[in-house]
Amino acid sequence: MTETPALSVRNLRVEFPTRRGTLAAVDDVSFDIAPGEVLGIVGESGAGKSLTGTAIIGLLEPPGRVAGGEIRLNGQRIDNLSREAMRPIRGKRIGMVFQDPLTSLNPLYRVGEQIIETIRTHLPMTEREARARAIELLIEVGIQGAERRIDSYPHEFSGGMRQRVVLALALCAEPELIIADEPTTALDVSIQAQIIQLLKRLCRERGTAVMLITHDMGVIAETANRVAVMYAGRIAEIGPVREVIQSAHHPYTRGLMGAIPSIEGTGDRLTQIPGSMPRLTAIPKGCAFNPRCPHAFDRCRVERPDLMPVDHSLAACWLVAPVSAEPPR
Amino acid sequence: MLAFTIRRIFEAAIVMLTVALMAFVLFRFVGDPVNQMVGQDTTLAEREELRERLGLNDPVIVQFGRFIWNAARYDFGISYQVKRPVTSLIAERFPATFELAVTAALFAVLLGIPMGVYTGIHRDSWLSKLFLSVSLIGISLPTFLIGILLIYVFAVQLGVLPSFGRGEVIRIGGWTTGFLTASGLKALILPAITLGLFQMTLVTRLVRSQMLEVLRTDYIKFARARGLSDRAVNFGHALKNTLIPVITIIGLQLGAIIAFAIITETVFQWPGMGLMFIQAVQNADIPVMSAYLMLVAFLFVLINLIVDLLYVWIDPRVRIYGREA
Repeated sequence: MTETPALSVRNLRVEFPTRRGTLAAVDDVSFDIAPGEVLGIVGESGAGKSLTGTAIIGLLEPPGRVAGGEIRLNGQRIDNLSREAMRPIRGKRIGMVFQDPLTSLNPLYRVGEQIIETIRTHLPMTEREARARAIELLIEVGIQGAERRIDSYPHEFSGGMRQRVVLALALCAEPELIIADEPTTALDVSIQAQIIQLLKRLCRERGTAVMLITHDMGVIAETANRVAVMYAGRIAEIGPVREVIQSAHHPYTRGLMGAIPSIEGTGDRLTQIPGSMPRLTAIPKGCAFNPRCPHAFDRCRVERPDLMPVDHSLAACWLVAPVSAEPPR
Repeated sequence: MLAFTIRRIFEAAIVMLTVALMAFVLFRFVGDPVNQMVGQDTTLAEREELRERLGLNDPVIVQFGRFIWNAARYDFGISYQVKRPVTSLIAERFPATFELAVTAALFAVLLGIPMGVYTGIHRDSWLSKLFLSVSLIGISLPTFLIGILLIYVFAVQLGVLPSFGRGEVIRIGGWTTGFLTASGLKALILPAITLGLFQMTLVTRLVRSQMLEVLRTDYIKFARARGLSDRAVNFGHALKNTLIPVITIIGLQLGAIIAFAIITETVFQWPGMGLMFIQAVQNADIPVMSAYLMLVAFLFVLINLIVDLLYVWIDPRVRIYGREA
């Protein structure tokens, strides 16, 4: 990739100071997203997916904080900006979509008011221009009768329609990056596909980069160009979506894929990964996955693997380590 | 909306009827009012005649009907003690209580809401902690003690504010106001603080806890993610969502301020309805007591009605339920 990535994250570390010491909820996470590209982030609950997204947009709740690394938006470093300098970037250059459309909109304001407010916060527009733009956006996200519906309250929309409104809100200042945090989890299955298609189309048309956080591999397979698999705060594997899904290199990724039912399935039992992800207070020595890994060997229990290139992907697993990469002891 | 209003008014009427029943029962409880109205040497025939004239020989239900009919026409009879119509006594006393209550309520709201918002947003600042400690004092000290303390400091020690009465008042039509004279305003300060302090701390703490709750919601997080200014998020989005419970409490407390101005009025010898009520209790002046009861109930009902209508105005979701109801 020669062009500047829309988003570039380098060695990001998010810490929570607690009474029992500092916990690293996100540890040494690096990835790029090119303009127009969709990067899926998958992992179990608590793997640090959402925190990564929250850290990028600068909305970590204290005492959580970015303790290390760099975040660059089209080359500009944004992780060290002040609160006031970060505010115009949120909404304008980074849009965000949250999980639950039922609670993402303020119930006391008409949807139009909320869109117009956001537009006018970021763009020099009059009330009238902003309203016209809000209607355009609503039409674009597929709200029937947008001229009328703009004056409805959120409770007068269904869940899927509300998520469309949320998309319109995230897109209203033409951001360079959209962080979609489980955008379909709270929706009916039948609606999920529509919203995903819509998100994909809107971002492709605009060349917007998307960071799609989800635990739904189906959504990833459908939407993402590349996928990063997170485990216990670190990236276990990152690579092109086809490769990761069909020939994963990391045993954890293979385990995740084995847990997806397929239509062609011959009635075999779904494989499941034994045990559960360690708590942040008790991450094992070596590879965090080693207690659950069917292929773990001695090295996995003492030394933590970094991401290593394999095919077109990177995987943090000693199984893929070239023999020559063995560090001297 | 209309159906909603009508239903609320109907409910209000039932409440008022119930209160009227209690006010009426007051008369029956304290025995024969004739005994209190006539002298020692009145003959039995004269008593009987008076009884007949007052309608006391009619069946109870007829008397109750007459009581309600009169009350509806704002006629509560003659005070036993001062032998004047109760309504004209109330008319004299009401402005003093009303002005005191309004000032106290304004004091509570105009100080309480900003302090609540501040302590909600800046949870850990030392100023928040100071506000909260002070509000703890406001909540835990009894009103009369606060009144006496204020009198001690500002009237006795510093000598800057009067310790009793309303100061000079100006008469406008049937209304007397202390708002227009310097001494009237000065006299208002200490009683208003005494009466409003508890409410202010209540409002502060309520707004604070509501803010803390609302600030955790997704739509606030989303509003921040949209890049709205702190001001727009905190005041436009968060504060408005705290208003429903806050208005409920403020409404109820406004009624309470008027009803329970009794203590403050006694401490400061404020010539309002509370003081009138205390005197009526001491003299077993039933018409005054029952009129006071009815009036306070009416104020409560009225305020509740207004609060209900305010909900509809603030929260669009209530409109739906209102329509369905």
